[in-house]
Amino acid sequence: MTTNPFYNEILTEHNVRPEFKHDLPDADLVLDGVNPSCGDEIRLKLKLDGDTIADGAFVGDGCAISQASTDIMLGMIVGKSREEALWLGDLFLRMIRGEASEEEIDSLEEASALRDVSHMPARVKCAMLGWRTLREALGEKASS
Amino acid sequence: MSTNYKADFPLLAQRDVAYLDSAATAQRPQCVLDAEREFYTRHNANPLRGLYPLSIEATEALESARTAVARFLGAAQSEEIVFTRNTTEGLNLVAYSYGLSHVKAGDEILISTMEHHSNILPWQMVCRQTGAQLKFMECEPDGSLDLNKVEALITARTRIVALQQVSNVLGREYPIRAVAELAHRVGAVLVVDGAQSTPHLPVHVQELGADFLAFSGHKLYGPMGIGALYGRRELLEEMPPFLTGGEMIESVTREGAVFAEVPHKFEAGTVNAAGASGLHAAIDYVERVGFDTIHARELSVTADALARMRALPHVRILGSDQAEEHNGILTFVVDNVHPHDVSELLAADGVAVRAGHHCAEPLHRFLGYHATVRASFAFYNDKTDVDRLIGSLSTVRGRMGYDD
Repeated sequence: MTTNPFYNEILTEHNVRPEFKHDLPDADLVLDGVNPSCGDEIRLKLKLDGDTIADGAFVGDGCAISQASTDIMLGMIVGKSREEALWLGDLFLRMIRGEASEEEIDSLEEASALRDVSHMPARVKCAMLGWRTLREALGEKASS
Repeated sequence: MSTNYKADFPLLAQRDVAYLDSAATAQRPQCVLDAEREFYTRHNANPLRGLYPLSIEATEALESARTAVARFLGAAQSEEIVFTRNTTEGLNLVAYSYGLSHVKAGDEILISTMEHHSNILPWQMVCRQTGAQLKFMECEPDGSLDLNKVEALITARTRIVALQQVSNVLGREYPIRAVAELAHRVGAVLVVDGAQSTPHLPVHVQELGADFLAFSGHKLYGPMGIGALYGRRELLEEMPPFLTGGEMIESVTREGAVFAEVPHKFEAGTVNAAGASGLHAAIDYVERVGFDTIHARELSVTADALARMRALPHVRILGSDQAEEHNGILTFVVDNVHPHDVSELLAADGVAVRAGHHCAEPLHRFLGYHATVRASFAFYNDKTDVDRLIGSLSTVRGRMGYDD
């Protein structure tokens, strides 16, 4: 019996014991993200302090990849500026597309646990759900 | 033909996979691949058109396939068989042609919650366009139908009842004959989705009382892109064409056309004669193996898998607890592990199963699930496939970070 190296400890840990999967009653930004084809869904909540993401959380239901990726993302962006968060999102997308260098992947820290998604086209949407929702949430804020 | 039926299927002989997704599409035996190839290499021409020998041979290939399908389904005559691309097209043909011309505002169409989307959406369309009402038969918690409740739902306004013969999620067989009697009592027609029944059970449309029955070749070990619709002759005769164009006419003027006789009235454009030849070979193959053998082999692996899955903690199976009531289809969930993750982990161990809602979202909602995992068996599966499924499935929770 083989084991699937993809579901590594980082990923399963964030899925089974997520740090940011809870309510955030005083959030400034709330946005739903959904993958209609597979039913993954999250509600992303962010609290802003000026241009800084002061706190973040999510609730949702979906596969381990979508839920863990969102949890890892929040761990990386809380405390960062809006611009830094979007930049990390771009970098993550490049990793998922298989376009990022080794140094860039290393700089993604725990999110690099999802690098193998670049070989799994059916799961790209799952890995991107949190980041895509984040981009929309911050974009909405910028345009309002 | 050996009892190792995998040897008949080139893909299964070549690829190291426990293929447990035959309810989505089956594998094809060598004889089916040969029949398609033979059509193209020896008899290819446009059937029904040319007057030269090749075209006549192509026509014969198509029409002998039609005769084989008619016999396979127990139709009274081969003119009652319309070739389609698949079950979806057959059901749409009935909805657009019969439905739109026979249903009016205030009428009712009765379907079940368990249907595949392809037996829901066409009827939603008919109801939207005509102002008829779509009603649903709900299943019991184990997936069965209570005929008393069905009877109460069929009224003098019911024009069409549409029901699957076997559920693609639960594997349960529904009492088509009894529902046909209830439908006919009020003058309604019964449309049967035979996609999941034709691979597993002998289907006899006259004994069932089905007015229409659609199935797909590719779930019956035939090629993709060919299927058939059975329709009772007198119904087909008075129905308008579904698609219009070439080879479905007697004559065309600048103003209009006289349509061809059934079944060609419903086969506009060049038909998939190579596919029909492959389907013919598939039917011959299934009849050579025999439904007794198919049933016994599928029941054996299904019962083995069901018993061993029920013994696994955190695995829950939808529908009946009797293997006999699953027709090779075992749909399940693993507690706290998303079906897509279950499928991914099984895939890493060479086990191919389907995850999602299996084109039956209303049923999933009714049963309270977002998505599920489905392992579906065909007669070529054997104990080694079950062993691989159970071996992999028993490790899923652990690999996802749970302690038990």
